[in-house]
Parts: sequence; C-alpha cells; structure tokens
Amino acid sequence: MTDAPEKHLSTDSAAAAAVHPAPVVRSSVATDVALVSTFAAFIAVCAILPGIPTPSGVPITLQTFGVVLAGLVLGWRRGALAVLLYLVVGLAGVPVFADGTGGLVVLTKPSVGYLLAFPFAAAVAGLLAGRALRLTGALRYLALVGAGLGASFLTIHPAGIVGLMARLGVSFGEAFAIDVVYWPGDLVKNLLAAAVALAVFRAFPDLLRSRR
Amino acid sequence: MTRRERGPLRPPWAGPLGLYHPGTTVVHRLPAGAKLAGLALAGVAVLLLDGPRSAVGALVVAVGVLLVARVPLHRTTRGLLPVTVLALVLGLYQTWSRGWEVGVEVAAELLALVVLGTVVTATTRSDALLDVLARVTRPLRHVGLHPETAALAVGLFLRTIPVLAQSSLDVRAAARARGLDRDPRALVVPAAVRMVAHARATGDALAARGLADD
Amino acid sequence: MIELDDVVVTAWSPDPAGGADRVVRLLGPVTLRLAERRIAVVGANGSGKSTLARLLNGLVLPSSGTVRVDGLDTATDGAAVRQRVGFVFTDPNAQIVLPTPLEDVALSLRRRFPDKVERLEAARAALRRFGLGERADVSVHALSGGQRQLLAIAAVLAVEPAVLVCDEPTTLLDLRWRRVVDDLLADLDQQVVVVTHDLDAARRADRVLVVDDGLVVYDGDPHEAVAHYEALMGQAGVP
Repeated sequence: MTDAPEKHLSTDSAAAAAVHPAPVVRSSVATDVALVSTFAAFIAVCAILPGIPTPSGVPITLQTFGVVLAGLVLGWRRGALAVLLYLVVGLAGVPVFADGTGGLVVLTKPSVGYLLAFPFAAAVAGLLAGRALRLTGALRYLALVGAGLGASFLTIHPAGIVGLMARLGVSFGEAFAIDVVYWPGDLVKNLLAAAVALAVFRAFPDLLRSRR
Repeated sequence: MTRRERGPLRPPWAGPLGLYHPGTTVVHRLPAGAKLAGLALAGVAVLLLDGPRSAVGALVVAVGVLLVARVPLHRTTRGLLPVTVLALVLGLYQTWSRGWEVGVEVAAELLALVVLGTVVTATTRSDALLDVLARVTRPLRHVGLHPETAALAVGLFLRTIPVLAQSSLDVRAAARARGLDRDPRALVVPAAVRMVAHARATGDALAARGLADD
Repeated sequence: MIELDDVVVTAWSPDPAGGADRVVRLLGPVTLRLAERRIAVVGANGSGKSTLARLLNGLVLPSSGTVRVDGLDTATDGAAVRQRVGFVFTDPNAQIVLPTPLEDVALSLRRRFPDKVERLEAARAALRRFGLGERADVSVHALSGGQRQLLAIAAVLAVEPAVLVCDEPTTLLDLRWRRVVDDLLADLDQQVVVVTHDLDAARRADRVLVVDDGLVVYDGDPHEAVAHYEALMGQAGVP
C-alpha cells in the first residue's frame, strides 16, 4: 500500500515529529491473527443469526455483509484469510454456516457457489476499497459502497448462479431469476457495510495504516 | 421455524463439536481423509452419471451408508428436512418443465449427496478433519503460513464466536434502552467497533503471552 | 531488575480537522529502576500508566530510550523478555484465546512441553493449583468473570515468569473476586507490578508510582504517594 505513515505528514507535523521521536510500531503478527480470527467469527455470527428463508433453499442472511466488511476493513489479504478460515472450519463440520449447518454437506447444496465465492469477494472488496480510501468525504462512502457491490457482482452472484445451475439442474435464465431475489438485500447490506467500515476507521484510524 | 423464535442464537450454540454424533460403526472408524475422498468421489460420480436410474441408485447407496452409520434420525432430520422439501419442489418443477426423468434425476442426486455429506459430518470429529487439513496444507509453510499459527487462528475463531454473540446481544439491549433499536446502524456500528477493539486487545494479549514470537 | 532509561513513547494521532496525522507524546521522558517486589502504579484514565505497564514486556516499544529487563532490551530481545515478564490485562475475555481452560493454559506451555500428553497434564496441574481443576474442560464462556480472570492469571503464571505485570486486574471484578485476586497476587514469589485504581491495594505495595500527563510525578512511599495522587485528583476537578 502507498499509505505509509510518512506520506501523511505535512510540513507542520514533520516539524512536530522532530520535537517528538517518531512512534515505533511493533510488528503485528499477533494483531493480524487476532483480527483475522475475529472477523471470521463475526461472519459466523452473521450467518448463525436467523436468515430469511427463500424457495430456492438459499436463505438471505447477513453473511455477505460480514464477508464484504472483512474485505473493506482488513484489506484484501487479511480479509480473504478471514473468510477462508471461516469456510475451512465450517467445512470441517463446525456449525458456522447459515441455519446452524456445517460440514462438507454444504458443498452438496444449491448454495455452494455463493459460499465458495466468499473469499474472492472479500479480496475484491479489499482491493477496490484500497482505491476508495484515497478519496475523501461523501465520495469515499460512495466508493466504498461501490467496492462492496463490485465484489458481490464480480464474484458472489456469478459463482452463485453457476452453483444453482449445477446443483438444481436449471438453465442460466432460471438460475438468474433465483439470484435476482438477493439483489435488493445485497444493496442494503453494502450500504450498511460501507457505513460501518467508515465508523470503524474513525474509531481506529491506524487500521488505515496497516491495511494490506 | 419455531426453534428460531427464542432468540438470535439458541443458547447454547451447538458448539465446536455440535454436529458430531459419537459412535463405533464402520463409518465412524474410517479415517477422516478416506471419508473426505469418498465424498469428493461421490460428487464427481453423480455429475458424470446420467439418467434417473443411476441417480436413484446413488440415493439408495447414500441411505444405506446412513443406516450403517446409525446416525439418529432427529439429528439428521434437522439438516435434511429443508433439503428434502427443496428436492421435492425441485423434482416437481423439473418434471413439469423438462419431464419426469430429469425431475427424478435432479431430486435424487441432490438428496444423495446431501445425505452422504450429513453422514460424513455426523461421524467425523471436527478436530480430526482439521488435522487432515493441517496435513494437507503443511506445504503452505513455505509461503509463510505456519501450521501453529493456523491452529491458533482456528482456536481463536471458535473462542470468539460466543464472545461476539454475547456482545451483539449487549449492543441490542443498549440500542433498545436508547429507543434506537429500529436503526440498523445503531445496532451494527457499535457491535463492529467493539469487535475490532476486542480483536486488538486479543492481539495484544497474544503478543504479551509471547504466542506470536515463534 | 527493570531499567527504563530516558524512555519516551509517542503515537500517531489523526488530526480532528481531517488533516495529516500528528505525533503525540503518550509517556516520558521517564527513567526508573524497579527492583522492589511489589510495585503499584496509580494515575488518572489516559495518564499513561497503561503505556508504562506495556513497556515492561515489549508490548509497547519506546520511541526513544531503552527498557531492559534483567539486562535484556525489549526492543531487540522481545521474545526473551516476554518469557520473563508475564502480563495480565483488565479484561480476561480478550486474554483467553482458546475455547476451554485446558487448551488455553496448554497453549502457554507449548514451547516448554513439546509432547502433547505431558503438556495437557502440566496444564491440568496448573489449573488445579488455581482452583480451576473442575472447570478444565468446560467452555470458557461458561465461567464467571472472576473465574475467567483467575484463568488468565493461571495461563500467564504457568510458564513461571520472573515478573508479573498486571494492568488493572481487578477493575471488572466484584468485591469477593477482587479479594481473591489481590490475595493471590500478594502471595506470589514473583516481582509484581500492578496498575490499579484500588488505592487500598496500592497502599499495601512496597513502592508506588503516580503517573500524570505521561510523567511519573511522584515515586516512593505508598501512603505519601496515594495522598499525593488524591490531592492531584482533588484539585483537577472534572476534566
């Protein structure tokens, strides 16, 4: 990332830095592990919270909200790792998926495409958010919303449609019709995720420095 | 689903071993890796084989394995009932739009795989599957993913779920006390900020205990 | 022996007006020699006392100056320092990282006991020593707040550090558990540095440091130090 601390310094604060010695930042493997694990747990909590059942067997849950938020806040690498951790533990049989399910059985369900797209969604959201964060003000918010929506429409929806076609034996048109049901919820979740990400950056500005 | 009405997270959360059913059958004793491979093979086989006959055959085999594993019905039905309903609806829809052969094939294949997946999940401890995973991913240490760090992340993940669930309940109560419980931001923003604060405190604790010094 | 020489700690702080980040001083300059067995640190919220505590095991690194524990520099020998200096936080929820007490204590011991069976046995023994033997296999979530803090302390002491640093270890506890933890800390063989708002506990120490606005403003006799701190807080009024 280009937002190394030095780049933020104006001439004033460079003068202030001359008065005070520059902060020494401890290498943060521990913090990275903790952030990755905690966001993985957050996605699990989002998934376990009751979803809205739909006829296609893929319930509407806050799961994608958690996935996008992980990418926006942590950046592409740690965001994707958080989602991978969540997926792997869930596939191993711990009930962390929607409706309190878990295990390899989810690979056999119609929602498989959506699930497997999650790590890529977090990565794309993180990459796009890195660019969005160079903007300021309302533009920054809109660009973050765009990052979330971009991630979801580049990864989750296409993969989800392929999964539906494979598992339900339906045509592209039919799968697309099932997928469209999730769009309004997706928009709302991304509006919310961008707002939450900005609030988190306000509370912990140094997360902006350590994004990667 | 009435069981959901008691709260956002049924206490206690099914937990790290929630879907495992202890037993001593042949299926239980098979190595986790073998079961994983078997499930993967079944997935490929079902995709390759065409026609309602092989699909029904796969379903019969799957139900046979379920019976041999003696997984009690109430555990399996919790996961299987919604999928069964879905398979029936799907089968009827496909029969109406593409003929009964396709209807039977699609419904039977879906059910067969879900039943097999349920059996593997119910007869294999999560830690055994995670061990398999650790073995398979060991080469990744060359690209900087240390098995010990990964194991720590898994433990931390499982430990953090109830913490966050509790914290989301606290935040909801606080929002309700201020009359803000209809504003999604009043519910989610404090929960997210607390979550990041918790993660950083945990990171400090890991560092303080020297657990990241390897 | 803990030695702080001319230590200053700074941090990046965002400009409230939205401009570039500034450097702010959190602590220092501070020079200290800490050799007493029981040392208490008191100060207002945000005074820098937590930063002082975190310096002692390398959790915070000095921006200038050095911190040494038994001659080991926290900036260059961090891992060795952390084996020597245990750290207990206010909130045990953040400190306990694994789902059950047994696993959590065993995690601390993984370097000392490479063999899993021995490690679990040692972890069980450590839990028994702190009265948590019965609770070794339950979910951490099912423990009471006091039991969790006891577990956090047990996990740190299991590796037998020479120094224990505690950052407000009793702030979240009820009166009963506060006494349990205070008594436990009082009986330890280790050197103990405790940051606290509990002035009674501070008076029982051998030496008390009063921290205000990033500086050690009083250092010495516990009773006089606490009186100095109370006077300081009295004249400060509501911030």
